[in-house]
Amino acid sequence: MLRDALLVAGKDLRIELRSRVAIGQVVPFALVVLLLFGLALGPSVGRGSVLYSAAAGLFWIAVLLATVLGVQRSFSIEAVDGASDGLRLSGLDPAGIFLGKAAAIGCELLVLELILALASALLYDRPLTGAVLLLATCAVATVGLVAIGTLYGAVSLGARQRETLLPLLFFPMVAPLLLAATKSWEEAYGTSGHQGTGWLDVLAVFAVAYLAIGTVAFGPLLEDA
Amino acid sequence: MSLTTTTLDEQLDDDAPITVAVETGAFRRSTNPRRSKTRGEQIIAIVGALGLIGMVFTVWLGLWITPPDEFMGNLVRLLYVHPAIAWVMYLAYGGAFLSSLAYLWRRTRSPKWDRLAGSFAEVGVVFTGLTLVTGSIWGRPTWGAWWTWDPLLTTTALLFVLYLGYLAVRRIPGDPEVCARRSAIAALVAFVDVPICYFSVLWWRSLHQAPTVDDPINGKTYIHGSMAWTLLLSFVALTLVFSWLVAQRYRLYNLAALEEEQGLSYALDERRSEGAESTVGGNVMSGTSS
Repeated sequence: MLRDALLVAGKDLRIELRSRVAIGQVVPFALVVLLLFGLALGPSVGRGSVLYSAAAGLFWIAVLLATVLGVQRSFSIEAVDGASDGLRLSGLDPAGIFLGKAAAIGCELLVLELILALASALLYDRPLTGAVLLLATCAVATVGLVAIGTLYGAVSLGARQRETLLPLLFFPMVAPLLLAATKSWEEAYGTSGHQGTGWLDVLAVFAVAYLAIGTVAFGPLLEDA
Repeated sequence: MSLTTTTLDEQLDDDAPITVAVETGAFRRSTNPRRSKTRGEQIIAIVGALGLIGMVFTVWLGLWITPPDEFMGNLVRLLYVHPAIAWVMYLAYGGAFLSSLAYLWRRTRSPKWDRLAGSFAEVGVVFTGLTLVTGSIWGRPTWGAWWTWDPLLTTTALLFVLYLGYLAVRRIPGDPEVCARRSAIAALVAFVDVPICYFSVLWWRSLHQAPTVDDPINGKTYIHGSMAWTLLLSFVALTLVFSWLVAQRYRLYNLAALEEEQGLSYALDERRSEGAESTVGGNVMSGTSS
């Protein structure tokens, strides 16, 4: 299963390296979103401003929007040229395919989060304090995000209205994740007045639950698509 | 290539399509409102009638007979329906979850579970909307706001969009079995999300601010006499109405499936008889022999 996952993740990342869609389109898109937040809520920056206090939430909203694009990209490469048939015929473990695709999106997402975090620190004048908790939050939240994203990507794979269906399914699902990730970042910033890793637990529960569901449910879903 | 066009009546005279004629006849009969009802349909009709009577009595008791509340005044009248609507909502989602589970379980796999899950979810979404609307109407004069970020409220709102998504998944066109399995998985995933939502919002609020809203149940601790009976009646009446709605939606799913099945088999037989006639008549199709 793990070997299959590595194979699929390698394939997806190789496609990304050659086509550069995530780095060339998704990352700039997320940066535009950060800029738009600035236009909507700025222009004042620094302590006490709206942008300063909302920085964590805005960062995670931008990440969520970018995740939808990442997932759509990941499944649009399977939708053309009968690629999904090939995947099904390859004899790879469906759970491995699920984990592989999720891992590939996760890698892309982590790079994106790194860039976005630096950009938001610059644009909103919000220094990245508590780096360990910030990074841990990113890592755990990304697992949950890509697990549910990949699962719903497969659900909407066969649908012709994939572009509109995926966000409708995905966003309500990740509402608790957005909440937990934002609060965890605010803990790291030290503004919530609450120290500890409590929200990391919520994120971890979410990640484990959806990884488990995805691993089990991906097989039957892939048969269909 | 000359194709003989046959009218429906001509075909009905033939030997081959007689089964089709019988099947479509059965289909017509099942949609005919004047035919005698089966036992199940009688029960559903009785449930519907009882639900209607129950609702009439709930409205009558709630609006005219019961006294206004000591603290909430006439606002209390909304509380006769709101909890019952919310109860029906949970009933519906529980039903959708169990039906989806029954569909995914190999031993009990049958299209009827899928249709039942769809019926439950669709009625559930309607009642979620009603829960939100009645709750808001009650909240505005009581709490001074249409909306608060209470865990229950927030989770209900998320439930509403989650199951709208589920209904969208159900509408994806495709092979019925594929659609059913996909929908069942979507229903399970949505259901799992509900407790996570609830607890994360609960935690979010408790970390942020002390609850600004008093426990809305407080008003009910005084409840007795006609008020208690009205509340109880509304639960029974709305559960009956809910069962009736689900049964009707389920019947509609079955009819739609029947129409799809028989519509296709009817068309296939029509094509086959056309082919058979053209071979006999003009010997056009050389490959087929009857």
